[in-house]
Formats: sequence, C-alpha cells, structure tokens
Amino acid sequence: MTATTSPRTAAGAPQPADGAAAVPAHTGSRTTRILGVLALASSALLVLYGLVISPPDVEMADSVRLMYVHVPSATYLYVGCFFTTFASAMWLWKRTPGWDALAEAGAEVALVFSFITLGTGSLWGRPTWGTYWTWDARLTSTAVLTVLLIGYLALRRLDLDPGARSARVAVLGLLLVPNVIVVNRSVEWWRSLHQGSTLSRIDPTIEGDMLVALMVGFLALGLVFAWLMIHRFRVAWLEQQADRFDLDEALALRRAEAADATTATAATKGTA
Amino acid sequence: MWRDAALVAGRDLRVEARSRVTLQQVGPFALLVLILFAFALDPARQTLERATPGLYWVTVLFSALLALARSAALDEADGVRDALRLSALEPAGVFAGKALAVAAELLALEVVLGIGVIILYGAEPAGIGLLVVTCVSATAAIATTGTLYGALVSGLRVRETLLPLLLLPVLAPVLLGATRAFEAALGGAPAEGWPWCGLLAAFAVLYSVAGAAAYGTLLEGS
Repeated sequence: MTATTSPRTAAGAPQPADGAAAVPAHTGSRTTRILGVLALASSALLVLYGLVISPPDVEMADSVRLMYVHVPSATYLYVGCFFTTFASAMWLWKRTPGWDALAEAGAEVALVFSFITLGTGSLWGRPTWGTYWTWDARLTSTAVLTVLLIGYLALRRLDLDPGARSARVAVLGLLLVPNVIVVNRSVEWWRSLHQGSTLSRIDPTIEGDMLVALMVGFLALGLVFAWLMIHRFRVAWLEQQADRFDLDEALALRRAEAADATTATAATKGTA
Repeated sequence: MWRDAALVAGRDLRVEARSRVTLQQVGPFALLVLILFAFALDPARQTLERATPGLYWVTVLFSALLALARSAALDEADGVRDALRLSALEPAGVFAGKALAVAAELLALEVVLGIGVIILYGAEPAGIGLLVVTCVSATAAIATTGTLYGALVSGLRVRETLLPLLLLPVLAPVLLGATRAFEAALGGAPAEGWPWCGLLAAFAVLYSVAGAAAYGTLLEGS
C-alpha cells in the first residue's frame, strides 16, 4: 500500500486502498464482532461463576476452579487437531488453498490451547498431587501432542515453494490425529495402573454451581476458540493472497523488463 | 511394485556397502552412546542392568536418525529425485525399497548393539523369540516412519534439525513398546511382552500404508 495520510477510523480499521475493494483489508466482520463480544461476555460470566459463585471443592478446595478452564481447553485442543487433519485430507483431495489455511489455523489455535491445558494442569497438580508434573498418561500424551504441533508448525514456517509446502504439510497434518491416537493408546496402556480419566473422576463430585461453571467454561472457551479460528483462517488466507499478488507483480515487472530489452535490441539491430 | 522396491533397496544398500558410512560411522556412534550412558549413569551394574532395555532402544533411535538422514540425503545429490520421478518406478515401490534398505541397516546395527549391551552392561539374553520379533517389528516401524518423515523434510536446508523434531515424538510409542517388550523378555515374563509386539506391528503396518500412499505426493511436491 502506498504511503497514505488517510486517518484510521476510530474502530482501528484501515481505509480500503483505491481499487482494492475486493480484498478485505482486515479480518473482522459483523459476525466475528458479535462473536467476539459474546466471547468476552461469556468469559466474564466464567470469571463470575468460576471464582465467585461456585463453591470450593471438598477435596480439592479452591484449586478445583482451574478445572473450569483446564477441561474445556483440553477438549478444544483436540478439536483444533481434528480441524487440521480434516482440512489436510480435504487439501489432498481438492487441492484448494482454503483447506491449507484452515489446517494452519487449526494447528496454531490447538497449540495455544495445549499451552493453556499444560499450564493450568500443572498448576492444579501442585496442590493436588504435590508435584507440577507426573508421568500420568494424559499429561504425557498431551506433552507429546504439543511437540507434534510445534513440529507441524515448524515445517509450515519454512521458506518453500507454496505448492511443495502445501503437499508436505498436508501429509504431516493428515498424520496428526492418527499419531495422537497411537500415542494416547500406548501411553495409557503404559500407565494403566495409575488412574482413570479425570472427567469421570471429578464427575461424581460435580453438581449444582460447579457443573454450571464447567458448562460456562465450555461455552466461553468454545466462543474464544471459534473467534480465534475464524481470524487465524482469514489471516492465513490473506497471506496467501498477498504472496500470490507479490508473485504476479514481480512476474509482470520482469516481463516488462524483458519486453523493453527485446525492443531495445531490435532497435540497435535496426540501426546497425 | 515389489520389483521396484527390490531395485531401490539394492541401490541404497550398494551405495552403503561402497561408502561404508553406516559401518564406519553410525555403528561406532551407537557403541559410543552406550559408553556415554555408562558415564552418565552409575556404572554399578544394577542401574545399567535395570535400564538396559530403555538405553538400548534410545541408542537405536539416535542411530536410526543418522541412518535415515543418510538415506534421505542419497536422493538429493545429482538430481536423483528428478531421476526417480522420471523413471516410472512406482512411488510405493520406491518407498518400500528405501524402508527395506534402512531396515536392513538397522537390523545389523541392532545385532552389534545387542552384543554391546551383553558385554558392556552385562545383560543376560533371555526369551530369544520375543527379542527377535520385537527387533523385527520395531525396526519395521522405525524404518517406515523414518522414510516417510525423511521425505517430508528432504531438500530443506534445515532437515538435519527438523527431522528429529518431527520424528521422535511420533516414534515415542515405538520406544515405549520395544522397551516394555525387552523388559518382559529379559525379566522372564514373555507373556507381558507380546501385546507390545502387537502394538509395534500395528504401528509398522499403519506407517507402511501411509508411506506407500503418500510417497507419490511427496515426490511430486518437491
């Protein structure tokens, strides 16, 4: 975009460049703004329910409040991974850039939620188990999953020809969920003596306001997840458009140079 | 497909036999790792003996990374990748051939390492049947997965650092399964080891299918 003195609007959205009305200049839209407001409102509700209204647990005392964030974020971590694998499979089938962008959005948002899951989990583990980390099946497999996501995103970051990169990351993304399943099963088998699923473990004790708080957690983080996914998808899509635009522009410039050169040679030949 | 696989495997093994990189560098490296473990842990026999299955398979994994990087590098020099693409060999056959060659190298390496842990760590071989089946299925799992991931990073400037990051978390179940199966065999309870062998075999089948299916896409998109 050329250096322009046009002031930004109060909302922070830049003015559309001349003649570029077809390419959106920002990733927000009416829907995502409503979604964002809803996400903020439900997060406020989660703070209210999680920290004020719901009572402390009999066994876990106040640390149970971490569960209202921990359990939903672990769930959406897996949802993000499924998005990536599904989109990768669709890319291999259809070969359209939108699926590539969706795979990227899914993996990145999943990584954010995996950090939230591991962070809240270890904070909860300290008072409950007396240690930040234990070689429990779910902890171990979440850690491996986080490394898998980091590796996937590392391959995405590489400076490759766009077509070649899409093919490679699609194969890697397709393997993400199978890998997660194999790792989960094997680690659970390995640690089968330890304990059952957390959800079933806290299930019997969860009722009333605590159940409501957990449900609010699912709602709030779900809205945040959707908001992040949509925005990340749009950013990835715009990046692809920008890449293609730059390439087209560069090609046009080179062609113009070549045309100039040929006319110049023809002119010199003519005079000789 | 199998004829193509035999061709590619023969080529890779012939290059290996002539260059002797596996024999002269990867093998000694593996033995060196065994010695380093003895330095890092208490060399009192008990600690090493108890940890032998795990140390053995960690060493195999590290050495496998070298062998796999080498196998992927073979296709990068002198436009071999383009030649493969033009050769009308089936991509699934190329994949199977490369995996077979790596598996053959790894099996040889495992024998050397096995002798190494018997001498250096004082391991008493027991439950030979389970040990052999574990070795074969774990090797198949490592070779197929590694060949697929090697193709994912081939031709990249950062492949040496990226391959371990992508491959090792995926191979975590193989390390787990092979270690438990070895523990069961050496501990004289082979019945506990066979289910882990099943996991390794299932893993190998999963990645053989995935690799054979995806290798064409990866050859094209490079």
